[in-house]
Amino acid sequence: MSIKGKAYIGGIFEHPIRQATDQSTPQLHAECAKGALADAGLTKDDVDGYFCAGDAPGFGAMSMVDYMGLKVRHMDSTETGGSSYLLHVGHAAQAVAAGKCRIALVTLAGRPRAARPGGGGGRPGGGGFNEAPEAGFEAIYGGTTHNTYAMCAMRHMHEFGTTSEQLAWIKVAASHHAQWNPHAMLREVVTVEDVLASPMIATPLHRMDCCVITDGGGAVIVVAPEVARSLKRPLVKIIGAAEAPKGPAGGKDLDLTYSGAVWSGPAAFAEAGVTPADIKYASIYDSFTITVLMQIEDLGFCKKGEGGRFVADGNLISGVGKLPFNTDGGGLCNNHPANRGGITKVIEAVRQLRGGAHPKVQVASCDLAIAHGTGGSLGVRHGAATVIMERE
Amino acid sequence: MADRKIPAPAVNNESRPFWEAAREGRFLIKRCRACGQAHWYPRLNCPFCFSDQTAWEESPGEGVIYTFSVMHHATSGPYAIGYVTLAEGPAVLTNFVGCDLGALKIGQKVKVRFQETEGGPPVPVFAPA
Repeated sequence: MSIKGKAYIGGIFEHPIRQATDQSTPQLHAECAKGALADAGLTKDDVDGYFCAGDAPGFGAMSMVDYMGLKVRHMDSTETGGSSYLLHVGHAAQAVAAGKCRIALVTLAGRPRAARPGGGGGRPGGGGFNEAPEAGFEAIYGGTTHNTYAMCAMRHMHEFGTTSEQLAWIKVAASHHAQWNPHAMLREVVTVEDVLASPMIATPLHRMDCCVITDGGGAVIVVAPEVARSLKRPLVKIIGAAEAPKGPAGGKDLDLTYSGAVWSGPAAFAEAGVTPADIKYASIYDSFTITVLMQIEDLGFCKKGEGGRFVADGNLISGVGKLPFNTDGGGLCNNHPANRGGITKVIEAVRQLRGGAHPKVQVASCDLAIAHGTGGSLGVRHGAATVIMERE
Repeated sequence: MADRKIPAPAVNNESRPFWEAAREGRFLIKRCRACGQAHWYPRLNCPFCFSDQTAWEESPGEGVIYTFSVMHHATSGPYAIGYVTLAEGPAVLTNFVGCDLGALKIGQKVKVRFQETEGGPPVPVFAPA
């Protein structure tokens, strides 16, 4: 059974906060839920499906459903790190298509900026990680998001001649977009030279190759077609969604130059019945510049190994290049709430499809968009998720 | 590198023979008797054919650097993390020690050695061969 056309995005909300010193994480979840419900013109009592991931405090969906006073008949706390919420949109569409719920709420929130101890990027909190089967053989080596993603960049450079300058263009494009976003953490337009001059974090990635650390969150509401038509909002239809895990696979033929997008991308495109060449706008998870480059290749916007040339010279800048991406400024400049960027990828894609992005970055006649993300360790143990949406 | 203390590894029933050998300076990998393939990290059930006929074998711990990154954003000072492709086939996540971190290269030959941890068995790290 396909989900194509069987579910719509009814509401979106991105929390404007970036530093949440005095707020609790559950409070941020609830504020995001309220924002998305207000955007849709719905109330919490309309919600009959709920989705959250590892950032939700307590006992997953059960704690949050109880906290917010929801009464649902379908829930899902699938955890794939930062891509979870892209995957949740796909799962919500499946649940709506199967009649398991009609109005599904997805929330993300967290406050790593207020709470951070300083230092490396975080793995999802909570129990179980010391009992992960790989823990004894991996957790001891000081792996962080920075240096594990950096290892992908190092190998990509080795195999394909990708350069730091090419990676820098991804940040430059994001900064061009962020200047128009009043909520963006970093609004200053930067150059390739600025990126290369920023401090080395984990070779070959500089500070400006890394996303921001922000508090906040977001929410998305997935609804049945008849609900979508009753709302006073432009119709944004989900037409394809897919997910794929990838791991180091017993160490056999290890290849850090591709991600699970090589599977989730084609599956989502096939379901949607469109190709990369049809896409008008792309939200591409940008935890680091290398994340964007590899996913663009894996999704089929260019051949493997040609991502460096593809992203250079402003090709990702709205109004300038062929593939406008992350027009909110993305994780690199705008927001990466809870160290998880998946939900903001959906939100900006919906803004574009509604024609509601900032006029300086709005893509003309934007009727087809992709949102894609990676959660976990790019190249090795991670979950990829792709959502393709259409303006009806 | 010597400055970054390595925490004690998590040890369980599946991995205990590896860590007991590590205390003797021996580097073990797992190979499946059913399909003949070596894998990493070691498991009771082969991740390729799912047979439980996996057996420990001692490895000289020789291989080449597949990729690496030198971490500068660390209070302990810079350290190198990377993957080594063992001569037996599997790729292993590790740290590189006993060398100029700035001179590390993909394809470089390396060999295992063991480094003390904070209250646990020593763990395998690699140095230029």
